[in-house]
Amino acid sequence: MRVRLYTVVSLGFAFLYLPIVALVAYSFNASPRVTVWQGFSTHWYAALLEDQQIIDAALLSLRIATMNATGAVILGTLAAFAMVRYTKFRGRTIFTGLVAAPLVMPEVITGLSLLLLFVASESLIGWPSERGTTTITIAHITFSLAFVAVLVQARLSTFDRSLEEAALDLGAPPWKVYLVITLPLIAPALISGWLLAFTMSLDDLVISSFVSGPGSSTLPMVVFSMVRRGLSPEINALATLFIGAIGIGLVASVLIARKGFVPPR
Amino acid sequence: MADAARGGWGRRFVIGVPYLWLTLFFLVPFILVLKISFSEPIMAQPPYGPLWQTDANGQTELKANVDNFAFLVDDPFYKDAYFKAVKTAFFSTLMALLIGYPMAYGIARASPTWRNAMLMLVVLPFWTSFLIRVYSWKVLLQGTGPVNGLLMYFGLIDEPIQILYTDFAIYLGIVYSYLPFMILPLYAALERLDLTLNEAAADLGAPPWRVFTSITLPLSLPGVIAGCGLVFIPAVGEFVIPEMLGGPNAAMIGRVLWNEFFANRDWPVASAVAVAMLVFLVVPIMLFQRYEARAEGR
Repeated sequence: MRVRLYTVVSLGFAFLYLPIVALVAYSFNASPRVTVWQGFSTHWYAALLEDQQIIDAALLSLRIATMNATGAVILGTLAAFAMVRYTKFRGRTIFTGLVAAPLVMPEVITGLSLLLLFVASESLIGWPSERGTTTITIAHITFSLAFVAVLVQARLSTFDRSLEEAALDLGAPPWKVYLVITLPLIAPALISGWLLAFTMSLDDLVISSFVSGPGSSTLPMVVFSMVRRGLSPEINALATLFIGAIGIGLVASVLIARKGFVPPR
Repeated sequence: MADAARGGWGRRFVIGVPYLWLTLFFLVPFILVLKISFSEPIMAQPPYGPLWQTDANGQTELKANVDNFAFLVDDPFYKDAYFKAVKTAFFSTLMALLIGYPMAYGIARASPTWRNAMLMLVVLPFWTSFLIRVYSWKVLLQGTGPVNGLLMYFGLIDEPIQILYTDFAIYLGIVYSYLPFMILPLYAALERLDLTLNEAAADLGAPPWRVFTSITLPLSLPGVIAGCGLVFIPAVGEFVIPEMLGGPNAAMIGRVLWNEFFANRDWPVASAVAVAMLVFLVVPIMLFQRYEARAEGR
């Protein structure tokens, strides 16, 4: 029973990881025909670094992802506080529904609805005058704040309120209590929320395609147009760089998590 | 902070800012989708007509109509696309459950050190690009690709078979991309099971399958529902996977919406498709949220 269970788990992990391993291996294939091995080469990495379209798109995506993650952490944290700390306020049911809905909403619907909003608001008040970085960032914040809210909410609901109360009793002003006690205690959730929002923004194709305008193609949009109808060896190289960056980020986050965020007493 | 600010500006700020944002950028857009789904497509920018029009005599004429929805009902293309999306999502969810359940079970029964490492391995692919993960299957399933190579090596087939651009490739893509969403809630449910119940049942002479069907499975049901919801709901509206791995005729509803919007520029019909998709998804979404709320309440 036990042995069979481990076999199943190992097969499952093989299923999850072999495609990624294959992609990394093929990125070093000299042949432009991706799946026909023709010897080791780093040619496609060089080609990737010279592809101005991809570099521009990557820079735009990184900019949007950074703004999105920051905005989503701020709004998501506020939403989590509203849900955990204020159990009674008018429209709370709607509020919780609104926070949770983007988690399960099909992306095509979110994308279409936001585009219709931007178009309507442009003809009504003249904003946004063009679709691009701003509209994409707003759209990304809207769906990723939900994920941050869930993470922070989980952290807040297992939170020891007596620490805050003690500080307040000892005469600390609320803002100081927040900065010295609350913030360090929820920091791990804020950081993982930021990273999650960053990744999701960097990865989003569907919503960005709806709300972007001419000249503002994000990285997934460029990648998608390259692989929609065929294979591209450059994209294998890009995928490998991506996986490498995530691997480094992961190791770093494990090291940070070991050290902990709560300062020693 | 909260106590001092109760009823004050702090409270208003904490609730008001995200509330306003979500109303403006989530709720209002949906009302707009609903509105435009009842309007007429016109050749203009933006390409949809008003819901009512006031003419020179000051008479208001109602322009809103259900033509777009009638169009969806009349044309079997849309009905088939809905059916295909639901069918695909259903079978993919089932496959993900059949793979994810034993995996979650195995992880939940492992020693704590292994458990955390394996959980991390489950979550890790989620951090790599979704688009790239779908694309990796396009590479694997090529005629000259490794999957066909492996099948031929083991003598299961004599020449490459067409896997890419079939429905099976879509199932595979969905299962692969959404498997972590299935495993995590299942793991959460299985991990807090009280094993003494299983032991008691076994002591009383229940065979292992009986212990599973009368104890483990019913107790992990919330995890099953949460996992299936997290896979099924987004899979219904999936666009990237059928577009990349499915054949040109694999018209799932998410892809149809995309094409109505980008290729045909028919915004009213695209909106009607979105509204109809939501109507189909309301029941699973509500079920899912009820179970989530219950799980949180524990």
